[in-house]
Amino acid sequence: MKEIRAIIRPEKLEDVLAALEAAGHPGLTVSQVEGHGRQAGLTEQFRGREYKVDLLPKLELRIVCKDEEVERLMKTIAEAARTGEIGDGKIFVYDVLDAMRIRSGERGDVAV
Amino acid sequence: MGRKKVLLAILLTTLLGAGTALAADPTGAETIKADPGQAVDFVWVLVCGFLVMFMQAGFACVEAGFCRSKNTTNLFTKNLLDFVAGSLAFWVLGFAILMGKDWHGLIGTSGFFLAGDSYDVSTYLSFFWQMVFCATAATIVSGAVAERIKFSAYLLYSVAISAVIYPIYAHWVWGGGWLSKLPYGLGHLDFAGSGVVHAVGGLVGLAGAIVLGPRYGKFDKNGKPRAIPGHNIALAALGVFILWFGWYGFNPGSTFSAHHLRISVIAVNTTLAASAASITALLIILLKTGKWDLGMALNGVLAGLVAITAPCAWVESWAAVVIGIIAGIILVIGVYLLEALKIDDPVGAVPVHGFNGLWGLISVGIFADGTYGNYSITPPFVKGLLYGGGAGQLIAQIIGAAVLFVWAFGCGLILFKLLDILIGIRVSPREEIQGLDILEHGTPAYPEFYTMRR
Ligand SMILES: Nc1ncnc2c1ncn2[C@@H]1O[C@H](COP(=O)(O)OP(=O)(O)OP(=O)(O)O)[C@@H](O)[C@H]1O
Ligand SMILES: [Mg+2]
Repeated sequence: MKEIRAIIRPEKLEDVLAALEAAGHPGLTVSQVEGHGRQAGLTEQFRGREYKVDLLPKLELRIVCKDEEVERLMKTIAEAARTGEIGDGKIFVYDVLDAMRIRSGERGDVAV
Repeated sequence: MGRKKVLLAILLTTLLGAGTALAADPTGAETIKADPGQAVDFVWVLVCGFLVMFMQAGFACVEAGFCRSKNTTNLFTKNLLDFVAGSLAFWVLGFAILMGKDWHGLIGTSGFFLAGDSYDVSTYLSFFWQMVFCATAATIVSGAVAERIKFSAYLLYSVAISAVIYPIYAHWVWGGGWLSKLPYGLGHLDFAGSGVVHAVGGLVGLAGAIVLGPRYGKFDKNGKPRAIPGHNIALAALGVFILWFGWYGFNPGSTFSAHHLRISVIAVNTTLAASAASITALLIILLKTGKWDLGMALNGVLAGLVAITAPCAWVESWAAVVIGIIAGIILVIGVYLLEALKIDDPVGAVPVHGFNGLWGLISVGIFADGTYGNYSITPPFVKGLLYGGGAGQLIAQIIGAAVLFVWAFGCGLILFKLLDILIGIRVSPREEIQGLDILEHGTPAYPEFYTMRR
């Protein structure tokens, strides 16, 4: 089992969710996060004075899936989330040790 | 002085018309019998006064919107309580000092608690009008000292300004005091209170901001100013619309008579100055940053309104626009100047009300065009430098502005220093960082922003 963590633009959430649904994957967790990549934030202004916003709002999607599904899901997410501009986000993949479906007590692959 | 004259006239006609020795007319029957036209004047002054009262809501919204969410309850409490405590203090002391029987041009001495002969419809009308103006001056300071002053200190300040600081200066200008009798021009003139109300509030606020010191995080380690963005620009914008609307009571109502049709001129001038100042401020920031800065455009509206408040009855439309453009420039320079001096004025109250209030006073001596008198539609009319009035009026205006600066800034420094020694005026650093809402008031304005434990 692997966990895919995708950090995407908030405005791309609907596109990514639609693409994932089309790809047939039911389970995921979304959280609001803040971060920056190589360019580190942008400039805003208030009453004539500019200030740097270091951290921009992003959404993080977490999807735990079977090993063989990782490649396909990564591509699905990337395709839906890409605009081609800087700040499109990142996808990281982690190993997952175990899983349990609380209702039934099922463990491992069948629980995801 | 003009208002006092109007009042005297009302009282006199009442006396003559009634043919009795009674000084007061609590029922209003004598007053209206003596001059049925009084009805429309009463309605005019009261409705305008109600609009001025509603400016309290505008100030509360502007200040809360321009500050951080963690201080919202605190700012609304301050804006409510300065009116609540201030109106009572004005009833006890302020009104008598402002409008009472003059003592050597310095101070009024009768009408405490509106008692005795003050129980009179005309006097109550005057009280209501002067009270909402006094409350406006008081609430201006709230913005300059925002996000770091102890609520207890603010409450005491509110009583002091409403009972003493404001009424004494206002007596000098509007209560028949010495500034109104300066031997230049028609004496020092301030039609609706650029000076009496706004500059007094703005400069007491400047003193408060200096005594308090800047908010944590306003200047970085090298002393460079940092923006502390407000939490709700929509609320601030709504506040400015409310203030602008309220100003149509503030300025036109200051004729104290619906029979001065000059009110239409005043309304137009008020509008044009606000618009000219707003767009000037907007364009200056556009040149600087390349962005359309709503915050500064909103401050610009207020700067123009403050500046036109003194001259609005005495100038024509082009002058209102020029006064507004200069107000916008003064505003932007003022904002950056304060930051350069390491003074933290979170909402821009000092440049808006203080600096532009002084500018409004001076502009009377330059642009007054000789079409309206001292709250009177009969001569002598007020004439400034550009209309062949010579330098007399300008001199009277400059003297008044200088006296105002010394009085308001001086009293503010003494008051806030004294309060600091007595009770300490600044909240603890921990409280400042956590926000005043929770530790001073126990009521976060937006409880759902926090993770709730049940
Ligand atoms: N190395 C990283 N570790 C953890 N999170 C990261 C990392 N790089 C980016 N992120 C997260 O992804 C978000 C978007 O990053 P972004 O797409 O700007 O990366 P980038 O490397 O700057 O690429 P680009 O040049 O396309 O902008 C960031 O706001 C941050 O939350
Ligand atoms: Mg980037």
